Amino acid sequence: MNDETLNVQLQPKQYKSAVKPVWCPGCGDFGVLGSITKALAGLKVQPENAAIISGIGCSSRMPTYLSTYGFHGVHGRALALATGLKTARPDLTVIATGGDGDGFSIGGNHFLHTCRRNPDMTYIVMDNQVYGMTKGQASPTTEPNWQRGKLTPAGTGINPFQPLAIALASGANFIARCSSSDSNGTARILMQAIRHPGFSMVQVLSPCVTFRPEQREWKNMLIAAPVAMQATSDPAEAARLLLTDEGIYTGILYVGERPVYQPKLESSIDDIAEFEEEFRI
Amino acid sequence: MKLQALSIALTGSGGSGVMTTGSLLLEAAAKAGWYGFMSRSAGPQIRGGEAAAVIRLSSEPTESPDDSFDLVLAIDPDSMTRFATEIPLRADSLIISDAEAGRRGGCLPDVPGQVLDLPMKKLAKTIEGGRPNMIALGAIARVIGLPEASIYSVFEKILKSKGPDVIEASRACVQAGFNAGAGLPVIERLTAAADLDTERWSITGNEAAGLGAIRGGIRFVAAYPITPATELLEWLAASLPRVGGVLVQAEDELASINQVIGASFGGTPALTATSGPGLALMTESIGLAVCAEVPAVILDVMRCGPSTGIATKSEQSDLNIALNGLHGDAPHLVLAPTSITDCVFTTQWAVHLAESLQTAAIVLSDQSLGQARAIVKRPPDISFLTRRLVPESFEETYYRYAVSGSGGDSGVSPMSIPGQAGGQYTADGLEHNVAGAPSSMPEDHYAQLEKRERKINEFEYGQHWADLEGTGTTAVITWGSATGPVREALSRLREQGEDIRLISLRLLAPERPLEMAAALEGIKRLLVVEQSHSRQFYRYLRAAYDLNAETRLFNRPGPLPFRPNEIIQQLAGWVGEVTT
Repeated sequence: MNDETLNVQLQPKQYKSAVKPVWCPGCGDFGVLGSITKALAGLKVQPENAAIISGIGCSSRMPTYLSTYGFHGVHGRALALATGLKTARPDLTVIATGGDGDGFSIGGNHFLHTCRRNPDMTYIVMDNQVYGMTKGQASPTTEPNWQRGKLTPAGTGINPFQPLAIALASGANFIARCSSSDSNGTARILMQAIRHPGFSMVQVLSPCVTFRPEQREWKNMLIAAPVAMQATSDPAEAARLLLTDEGIYTGILYVGERPVYQPKLESSIDDIAEFEEEFRI
Repeated sequence: MKLQALSIALTGSGGSGVMTTGSLLLEAAAKAGWYGFMSRSAGPQIRGGEAAAVIRLSSEPTESPDDSFDLVLAIDPDSMTRFATEIPLRADSLIISDAEAGRRGGCLPDVPGQVLDLPMKKLAKTIEGGRPNMIALGAIARVIGLPEASIYSVFEKILKSKGPDVIEASRACVQAGFNAGAGLPVIERLTAAADLDTERWSITGNEAAGLGAIRGGIRFVAAYPITPATELLEWLAASLPRVGGVLVQAEDELASINQVIGASFGGTPALTATSGPGLALMTESIGLAVCAEVPAVILDVMRCGPSTGIATKSEQSDLNIALNGLHGDAPHLVLAPTSITDCVFTTQWAVHLAESLQTAAIVLSDQSLGQARAIVKRPPDISFLTRRLVPESFEETYYRYAVSGSGGDSGVSPMSIPGQAGGQYTADGLEHNVAGAPSSMPEDHYAQLEKRERKINEFEYGQHWADLEGTGTTAVITWGSATGPVREALSRLREQGEDIRLISLRLLAPERPLEMAAALEGIKRLLVVEQSHSRQFYRYLRAAYDLNAETRLFNRPGPLPFRPNEIIQQLAGWVGEVTT
């Protein structure tokens, strides 16, 4: 994250822009928006030193609603945009946001390789197991027998993508799961994720009340992971937890110490005319 | 003055070292005061397979292949068959081969020319670590009048990585070849050029594009390996860190272009390089750069398409996708270098334009420029004054996408850079209002479309939009790598008193109707030359410009290059009696 912090802490609402969200009333993403503003305020990040980067989808609208710099790019490419920005501007606090379709389906390859590359940024995926913006199709994290998606009326019949286990296997350095209904708890985890050097993957279960109204129950189903299991640095232990907890444990589930990807950007020559030497006869 | 020139082809197979031999020959010729260029022809094999180094040496700079070859060195006779169509010969061409090499006992394809035997394999065996290609090099030097010493003077540069033993063995082989060549005919074509005082470079089109990028200010590159752009990326990967920049090897082309846009959004001029298949993958996001008004340079080193096509060979067939591949109304820049040397200027100019106009610039180089090495005069270092327009201070409300205002009515609105307090905005691929907030209002769409078009249409591009040469009422219009042979054809005609104009477009988009009308003023006959089967350039010209002249088309797909006499033949009836 950016080291230059404010002398005076801003209020979370000062990180919100004047644009009114397009989200449906009751959408989990409102909670995540609040958590992001609380985390930025808590970390005293100067709004001009943060950039929120996204692709396409309901949750990808996030940058517009914040008073930081933002980039709302094309579908699936948020992590690539964010990697380019962070690599060229390591001084910035870079946060990528998006949904499960954007991140794990069309953007799946970038997800694997960003975990692997380990740039110092945070990825917040608001997972609601459905494509909301296109009005209710199954997503990569949808359960196989969900039959209300019109493109897959008999259910997808295929196992859901397990983002956190895959993040771990791909080399993500910080892995957490949160609930959008716990705005303060999510903010606390985001603060740690942003502070952690390297690629931090935060899955926020964020209900789609329009196409998956049953997800309103998530707030009663999700539970904090047992303390002994939290923040392990043992990938085998983390893998066991992530592959067996049925997606209900929240908290920081893995913290690694892999080196951060950040090429040095220091010039070693005074004049680009020095390049001409290699061509001269 | 008539161009003094000599064309040589070296063919070999299975790691016979023709490319090394060709490089040594070219560099040695440069040391001797000549110009020239070498292009490579190879199959898809990574190691082995047939390969040809095609070289033209000359007294003056040239980037055109000749009509036919004067000398072929078939290090291995089997290898010549594959290149029969690529190496046109005459009855008086010399073919030096080795009767004892090859699986078919030195059998050559049925081509014109005088076949001479040189026991390269046998001679190489008499020297420890000796190789037939170095025997060939010595013999070539003897035949063309290249001083032996000029070859030795480039050993250190070309063979350094191979160690002192190889250099020693090579020297002995060249000497043996030079002595053995005493019995061969001499081709007295090139007199030693007296141009040793001019600063000259040995550079490939890919290196030239890389240098242009760095001169233009590029400090971030993200790319995915692809033939024939890979050497450009390799050069940049080694060179960018020296100027505080970086090349990121991305996971695919979708990531490449988006990383470039992300870096550029952060204020760092950024570029990606690719070839046709990669450009196709990038098109959606190039539209993002256009819509969000983020400078980005995309360098396409074209190869034969469609699909995977012929990855190692040249074609001018990505013009359509570069001009029209983006969805929606997405005005952007398309440029093309007109020579290997011009890869420096055109790439540098593309960076300047993309940065100044806050949009995407696609540069269309191709395999025949990118992978060819030429001996050229030092390309001038041009500095452009205009850079990206960044606000110095902010009003109470900052309108990133203001359609007019502090940037004037140019359509270019000041672009704040993350870190600038008060300049926060969201760059967006959604249509947006002046503040950058998403908008589906028709008036915002019209205003932003108009702004994005105006800024590139009304920019003053100056004289660089095309290379214009000659006078007369007949013109040849072309672009990119086809310019070299056209230029030589017209130069030959000029020798014979026929003045024909050359129009070679460097700026393909946006269209320049006024400049083109001036360039075509008084033209009665127009020949269009392009290397595309589906007449992409011709159709573009017909759609974009009023040609108002009797028009002929000479088009052909890649990979065979145009030769000057073919272009002269296309002008038959339009010029007087010409000898080709």
